[in-house]
Amino acid sequence: MTNTTFTRRAALALGAAASALALAGPAAAQEVSFEGETIEWLIPFSAGGGSDTWARFLAPFLQEHLPGNPSVQVVNEPGGGSTKGANLFDARARPDGLTILGTSGSTQFPYLLGDPRVRYEYADWNVVMATPTGGVVYTTPQTGVESADQIADLMGQDLIYASQGATSLDLVPLLGFRLMGLDVRHVFGFQGRGDGRLAFERGEVNIDYQTSSGYLQNVQPLVDEGSAVPLFSWGALDDDGNIVRDPTFPDLPSYVEAYETINGEAPSGDEFEAYKAFFVAGFPAQKMVFLPEGTDQAIIDAYKQAFIDIQDDPEFQETKGATIGDYQLATGDAAQNLYEQGTRVRPEVRQSVVDLLTSEYDVSLD
Amino acid sequence: MLEAMLAALSDLLTVQHLIYMVVGVVIGLSVGIFPGLGGIAGLSLLLPFIYGMDPTSALAMLIGLVAVIPTSDTFASVLMGIPGSSASQATVLDGFPMSRDGHAARALAAAFASSLFGGLLGAAILTGFVLIARPLILLFTSAELFMLSVFGLSMVGVLAGRSLAKGLGACGLGLVLGSVGGAPATGEFRMIFNTDYLYDGVPLVIVGLGLFAVPEIVDLLRRDQAISSDGGLGAGWFDGLHDWWKNIWLSLRCASLGTIIGAIPGLGGSVVDWLAYGHAMQSEKNTENFGKGDVRGVIAPESANNAKEGGGLLPTLMFGIPGSGSMAVFLGGMVLIGIEPGPSMVTTNLDVTYTIIWSLALANVIGAGLCIVLSQPIARLTTIPFPQLAPFMIAVISFAAFQATRSLADLIALLVVGVIGVFMRRFGWPRPALLIGFVLAAQSETYLYQAVQFYGWEFILRPGCLILLAFIAVSVWYGMRNRVDDSAGDELRADIDDLPSEGMAGRRTRLPQILFALFAGAIFLAAFLDSLQHSFLGRIFPMVMALAGLAAVTLLLVQLWTKGNRHNVSQDTEVMGEYANDPEAGSLWAGILWMGFLVALSALIGFFAAMVIFFVVFLTFRARTAPLRTVLLTAGAAAFVLILANALNLRFPEGLLQAYIRLPWPFG
Repeated sequence: MTNTTFTRRAALALGAAASALALAGPAAAQEVSFEGETIEWLIPFSAGGGSDTWARFLAPFLQEHLPGNPSVQVVNEPGGGSTKGANLFDARARPDGLTILGTSGSTQFPYLLGDPRVRYEYADWNVVMATPTGGVVYTTPQTGVESADQIADLMGQDLIYASQGATSLDLVPLLGFRLMGLDVRHVFGFQGRGDGRLAFERGEVNIDYQTSSGYLQNVQPLVDEGSAVPLFSWGALDDDGNIVRDPTFPDLPSYVEAYETINGEAPSGDEFEAYKAFFVAGFPAQKMVFLPEGTDQAIIDAYKQAFIDIQDDPEFQETKGATIGDYQLATGDAAQNLYEQGTRVRPEVRQSVVDLLTSEYDVSLD
Repeated sequence: MLEAMLAALSDLLTVQHLIYMVVGVVIGLSVGIFPGLGGIAGLSLLLPFIYGMDPTSALAMLIGLVAVIPTSDTFASVLMGIPGSSASQATVLDGFPMSRDGHAARALAAAFASSLFGGLLGAAILTGFVLIARPLILLFTSAELFMLSVFGLSMVGVLAGRSLAKGLGACGLGLVLGSVGGAPATGEFRMIFNTDYLYDGVPLVIVGLGLFAVPEIVDLLRRDQAISSDGGLGAGWFDGLHDWWKNIWLSLRCASLGTIIGAIPGLGGSVVDWLAYGHAMQSEKNTENFGKGDVRGVIAPESANNAKEGGGLLPTLMFGIPGSGSMAVFLGGMVLIGIEPGPSMVTTNLDVTYTIIWSLALANVIGAGLCIVLSQPIARLTTIPFPQLAPFMIAVISFAAFQATRSLADLIALLVVGVIGVFMRRFGWPRPALLIGFVLAAQSETYLYQAVQFYGWEFILRPGCLILLAFIAVSVWYGMRNRVDDSAGDELRADIDDLPSEGMAGRRTRLPQILFALFAGAIFLAAFLDSLQHSFLGRIFPMVMALAGLAAVTLLLVQLWTKGNRHNVSQDTEVMGEYANDPEAGSLWAGILWMGFLVALSALIGFFAAMVIFFVVFLTFRARTAPLRTVLLTAGAAAFVLILANALNLRFPEGLLQAYIRLPWPFG
């Protein structure tokens, strides 16, 4: 599109631009230092949202652990459900390590679904870190279900779920419930999971999920007073790519276990593959950090190392609770692994999801 | 509870915490003064410094900022006629005419007194209700929220001005404009015409600035005077406070209304000022001066918009659900300091909640005090000859506009909405009605769909809905009672005696109005045709609204065709109003062309360079400023915009030039 300069603070200082050029060359590859630089961390969402808070929490640690201790600024470029900011990054970010992008499931989903607004290509970028998240599905005792092992009693009941939209992150519950065989009606137009939880508390819906921190803060009290029953967690991904129990909720079955309780066998086949692709993009690989195409390997390595060091920083481990929860950052090969699983989907599988959305939910993606 | 309150107060009243609060208040006041910049921009400025701060200081700073934005945004609304933020759009209607009549000081004093009172009342209600709010908030389901949206729309009756047909037409335009973008029920994108920009809908700030600020700037540019017609500020400080005191019951009602609306999650704060304004028009006597400089039109919205922040904290703290854009950022700030909102805010974290409430109250006092001190110098802006002020105002609203999505398209959208606003003003189409429709479009559609999904059409029989239905009926009845009669001519019309009124000759004098009505009809037709492509749930709302709009426009056209110029439906400031027979006044198009020049130049060479050139050209050729002064004013404006953009981490919209050449910030 355009090839204009992207990092404006770098342009403010003349020396900054010069050293940026030097960094991109192989000669300086051995010693990457961002001393005196400003790194712009592009977040394609507005200030205050989940992705913004995640980046703002991590920024000071990145500042501390990147060589040369550059200043790290979070820059919000919201719009188009995060496609605008990602397009901008893809088109304009220079491979000098001074512009990085933080994406979320909301950036991955339109890409996976082939949204016409997407002009970015995940395969071109270099992942340096992924942050997993999780979520817990719960219901009301009015369904007659009093504990997670009675989930099969939900079969055949009229369930209602408050959804943010069929192509939003709520595509995961949409595909997941369907695969399980639960009869769930999705009512759209909600403005976030908090909004959906409110509908649950008002008695408008009878099945809901919250991300881990939202669940612990706001649903656990409901569970304690007996007005909500946890069913299962979406789960986490182990090193072999299997869906296992979420470490934050070791006592709750994972999605796969809950599926088995209902259907008597483990999920498999094309529909499960479709579900899993979006599950990975929405949860274990929900938030990722990228460097642009063509970035020097030394710069990529410096970032990877910085995130490994952040992970080992005791202050990080101590304070991460409110923003990241009990999850560990995926760095190095683990990040690469999640990135590959969370941004690739076979064309046939993609088409089957698009067809489903079109035929049942009037979604048109072109 | 009392213990927690006192503990929170003594914690807050340490020097360190107070200093942070004052920092928040000062930044909040500075940001609030700029039209279009509000809590979201202000809080984003502070967020980078939040991590690692002690919680009380951080909360005091954040709340200090949020609390005073609706106080200082009054400056722009009253002095310039530019809505300072979405919360004080209604203040413009009467505040700005007061400034033009030379009563700026009186309007500001009444506004700040109302803001202070509203803010304190909001904090007081928050204190009392925080422990019992949870079940009350849960009473408002999608069905009640839909009825509340309809209640808001019922205000159109009183805000319609002299012609109900135009009022309904304008409201319909707002509802159609508000349905651009993703449909709530299906996610289908409506009326986007293959434009990326329209996928997210038209931003509220663009609609507010386009409808209110652009027409005022265009209007002021036609006369080479200062904003204040007699060049003075008026010595009405005491009068303003007295005005507030005389209307304390109105202020109390509006502040309570503001708190309640703010506390209901999902309704959003941007209608609070209009609801309060509409309420004042419905409940007060002798309302014929509303819209022409009645101080009650300032007191009502200003009492409500500060109170709203107190109410808005309830769902934010209790449920972690932000009631507005700035509350969303505040929520992010809370998470950064390690506090997660939820039920614990009234149990283990009760002291935090009271710290927030005390901060809110204190910040309102400090903020209103500082505003009163500042207002004398700031009010002097209204005594500067307007041509010298104009480039600053145009730059400021452009800057505010591209906060929306940070692209050139924002400026283009501002220009388009602005031109529509200019003609609405000329032909007496009520702009507030459009704005109400716009703000409530998404809410009424979403909640209606959800209510029907959850409860079926029987939702209307829910007790809450029946109560609200009664409110709506009362509101409509009061609105109709206080309306001027459509067909009655009035004394303003005396100057049209020499114009032909009846027959074809009369119709020819009304031709511009008829053309504008046809233009509105064309918009409705386009919306109707677009809706045909969508599924039932995606189409039904815009389709019904477009048909209703077409009906209103048809009625209007029939009236324009058959009634004479004396009928209230006929209004055209160029032919039979303030600008008729006024050879002194400049052209209506001059201001529009100047703004168009800035936008076109931005499209070519990027906003920043375009702004600099625009300043030089405007000051030299339009304001006829001496070269040295031109250079100084331009440099001052440029430096100022740079500082602001740097603080906000903002890149300027780029033009064609930047597609070919890589330029350093701020040019690229």
